[in-house]
Amino acid sequence: MSRIDERFAACRAAGRPAFVAYLTAGDPSLARTLGACFELERGGADVIELGVPFSDPIADGPVIQRASERALLRGTTLAKVLELVREARAGGLAVPVVLFSYLNPLLSFGLDALPAAARAAGCDGALVTDLPGEEGAGWIAACRAVDLDTVFLAAPTSSPARLVSIAAQSRGFVYAVSRTGVTGEQVALSDDAGPLVARLHAAGPTPVALGFGIATPEQVAEAGAVADGVVVGSALVRFLEEHPEGDLAERVRWLRSGIDQKP
Amino acid sequence: MIPGLFGQWGGRYVPETLVAPLDELEAAWQSARHDPDFQGEYRRLLHEYVGRPTPLTFAARLSAELGFSLWLKREDLCHTGAHKINNALGQALLVKRLGKHRVVAETGAGQHGVATATACALLGLECVVYMGAEDMARQAPNVLRMRLLGAEVRAVDGGSRTLKDAINEAMRDWVTNVRTTHYLLGSALGPHPFPTMVRDFHAVIGEEAKRQFATGPGGLPDLLVACVGGGSNAIGLFHAFLDDPVACVGVEAGGRGDGAGEHAARFAGAGAAPGVLHGTRTYLLQDAAGNVLPTHSVSAGLDYPAIGPEHAFLRDTGRVRYERAGDDEALAAFARLARSEGILPALESAHAVAWVIREADSLRGRRVVLNLSGRGDKDLATVAAAFEAGR
Repeated sequence: MSRIDERFAACRAAGRPAFVAYLTAGDPSLARTLGACFELERGGADVIELGVPFSDPIADGPVIQRASERALLRGTTLAKVLELVREARAGGLAVPVVLFSYLNPLLSFGLDALPAAARAAGCDGALVTDLPGEEGAGWIAACRAVDLDTVFLAAPTSSPARLVSIAAQSRGFVYAVSRTGVTGEQVALSDDAGPLVARLHAAGPTPVALGFGIATPEQVAEAGAVADGVVVGSALVRFLEEHPEGDLAERVRWLRSGIDQKP
Repeated sequence: MIPGLFGQWGGRYVPETLVAPLDELEAAWQSARHDPDFQGEYRRLLHEYVGRPTPLTFAARLSAELGFSLWLKREDLCHTGAHKINNALGQALLVKRLGKHRVVAETGAGQHGVATATACALLGLECVVYMGAEDMARQAPNVLRMRLLGAEVRAVDGGSRTLKDAINEAMRDWVTNVRTTHYLLGSALGPHPFPTMVRDFHAVIGEEAKRQFATGPGGLPDLLVACVGGGSNAIGLFHAFLDDPVACVGVEAGGRGDGAGEHAARFAGAGAAPGVLHGTRTYLLQDAAGNVLPTHSVSAGLDYPAIGPEHAFLRDTGRVRYERAGDDEALAAFARLARSEGILPALESAHAVAWVIREADSLRGRRVVLNLSGRGDKDLATVAAAFEAGR
């Protein structure tokens, strides 16, 4: 059982969804991201997703685009993000960490070499936004060899047959994209979200985390009522953009209030 | 199914949401490419609306000056002023077949945007064109054209504010509105099936040139030359000749220097390595961490950091040779073609003209066909500013 599996199992046993927090690494600086990881853990994040900034983030909305630009201006690279995870582990960070990246920075690092390097740094899983499973056979094999969990995206447009293979290729959890679109806060959870989670549950036993557009305690509660995990990204990135030294622990507690108050 | 790879290049590297619409597009194209009704309608539009076949013009004065025989494939005479309409009309017909009603497109020089806006007006489709803010400034006449044709032109302020960023934004729109919207990609790049489909729609260029050469000058030409941004006009000209003993040269944008950010030469320039951008694996101008480098060219249509995957394959096999021409050479070639042949070429096409002028000695006595992919009216402001600055 991987550290991510254990965390999802513990949440399930506690009768609540896992809270997955996303931040773009290096925004506004790697030092701030290091501190932010501990704040997220203290606030109750069950899993931390660290975004590797990329020059052309086609799946991201304006908030994460701006964060990526800031992180790149500060010289953030994949190698430095791995170093950050190593430091965080050395400092006692215990929550599972998932690397969240576009493919090209990984190719540049070396797709064969990365899983072992990520695992050695203390990462537990990786998600590659623009690598669908059928293009990723070599990647999956390299990750399996070092027990790095492969998280794949599932979308409302995915066919039933694809959902079965996405669930089978995913380890740790499947990331269900709540709606067609890019990352970013929304006023309401999409009508696509519930049915997609239900289809994924029918497709296999891998836990399902629902993300894209979840920004308030009410939405966290709504998503958590159907999925095994809830991902909050842009709302946290925007909080840091507006309050670079703000307390993320407090922010996570606020976002979690909807699921924690459940009897 | 249609193969999605050219050797090790190409593929489909996209977020999961786009896999289903790409499957749907591939299936639609697979059935349409062999459907006589679809092909008949497409050929009819190329003839009656675009004005095909375009002429193959012997450039008599320039040939005499340079010492070899130069023919120009006159894509500048297509309706809308460039080859881009071949692909825009083909895909727009497919959009109708897919039952979608909205089209998004990117444009660099504005030629693809104008072609897409035109095809959408003709077929009654809603059209949104994304264009880098810098490109909107240097291609203002095409922005006006698109708006007059009923398209909404959206300025892209992110990144380098050029073609690459317009593609990013078009892909974001597509992923959001995918159930109603088709992304009408304008070059032979992007995820499968775009590189193959766009090539097939432009293959008419080479098919006509081959026939026209055989019945005119006779036999086959010795050499084909075309400029290469994403590479659609070049692959359109080359494709029909790939199994023939005809040399092919693609001319990239050498910009104003060899440094990072000063050119758009993916093969010849510094900073190019295999990578993935916009859904396809190809040669990409990137830094050591895998971030895409800025590019520069005087021509907006060549100002792009990656190249169509089939060109990466043709370069590896040695079937096509890739060279480059710089901003100044292209501007000089623009002026020279205007004076010696009475033709204002697009600045993109002027790069191909510049290369044959530079290579005149080594081409002596040869028979050369150059793809004049577009006309230069859209570039008058850029050319005027350059000549003003150089005075």
